[in-house]
Amino acid sequence: MASSSSSSSTNSPCAACKFLRRKCQPECVFAPYFPPDQPQKFANVHKVFGASNVTKLLNELHPHQREDAVNSLAYEADMRLRDPVYGCVGVISLLQHQLRQLQMDLTYAKSELSKYQNHGLLAAAAAAATIHHHNHQINLIGGMNLSSNRSDHHHQQQLMRRRSLDVSNNYDASNNNSNGSLLVAAGTMNAPFQHQPPRAAAGDGLRTPIHPS
Amino acid sequence: MTSSSTSNSPCAACKFLRRKCLPGCIFAPYFPPEEPQKFVNVHKIFGASNVSKLLNEIMPHQREDAVNSLAYEAEARMKDPVYGCVGAISVLQRQVMRLQKELDATNADLMRFTNNDMPNSSFSMFPGQYGARIGQGAFDHNSGFFLPYASQWNNNHSGCSSEEGGDGTI
Repeated sequence: MASSSSSSSTNSPCAACKFLRRKCQPECVFAPYFPPDQPQKFANVHKVFGASNVTKLLNELHPHQREDAVNSLAYEADMRLRDPVYGCVGVISLLQHQLRQLQMDLTYAKSELSKYQNHGLLAAAAAAATIHHHNHQINLIGGMNLSSNRSDHHHQQQLMRRRSLDVSNNYDASNNNSNGSLLVAAGTMNAPFQHQPPRAAAGDGLRTPIHPS
Repeated sequence: MTSSSTSNSPCAACKFLRRKCLPGCIFAPYFPPEEPQKFVNVHKIFGASNVSKLLNEIMPHQREDAVNSLAYEAEARMKDPVYGCVGAISVLQRQVMRLQKELDATNADLMRFTNNDMPNSSFSMFPGQYGARIGQGAFDHNSGFFLPYASQWNNNHSGCSSEEGGDGTI
């Protein structure tokens, strides 16, 4: 930010003093943070907080903290003018909602991923067994219920059966790499083979923002 | 909400301001006498006259929510005079970005599995869309905030970070 303290020395009042129609003194507390080319910034802050409240607040802070404080006040004022009912709290609620949604999506995606990884483990174990157990292996994987309650359960079972057939078809000496990769993938898997229910949303977060602490 | 002025007990605002709490007092429904600190905080940060003007500009059924959000912001500002509730926004935004990245990475892994199994399939087995941005609004590179609206006041401060993982500090 260009030094606005020079604005008073060059007789150009800061945005605050211009708005308040007063002489911008050299020691004006607003001058460094409300340059004359941003009149709306002070107008918003003044409308929401009031110049005297901002003065008191800035005087209670160290000089190196004041720029951040003014910018956060400007942001809050901007949000309050855009949304007079909720202001910044609306943004917090929105972010909390997004966070909950993301957490649910992530939990579900990870549980799906762990199923694939577990399939790899089981398929590798089945492929490592002797070939005369071929039919039994298919039944073992095909019969393994995902214990999923989701609507794509049927499709998942079809997918599993197809994977088991692919694994059994690939079981020969020339495909050791694919089996090896399955074993490597299985070795890195640490999620249990179960469907993890998504975390329940904690009430209506749109109206109950987090309590400042 | 029962108006405290009808029971001759001044509301917290009029008590603090040492004035008669009249029947039409705009503060009375939202600043009951048993919660004095609520008005003290709001008055210190916003000022009674600013709050009064703001309440007069919104519909009566919205005023309770407005007062509660002002009280929340005032309390946050008292606890953190530099950032106020904007500090909480910054923290939440970082968490959202972190989870989004993690979700994108998990989805990428899932896509690899599904593409291996069904190379011709476009079936998506997980909610949301791979790479889709959840929620509305846009990422404001100037402020480092993921905002429902862009704000123009954080584009020239020294602490601004413009990379994707911006820490949101201002």
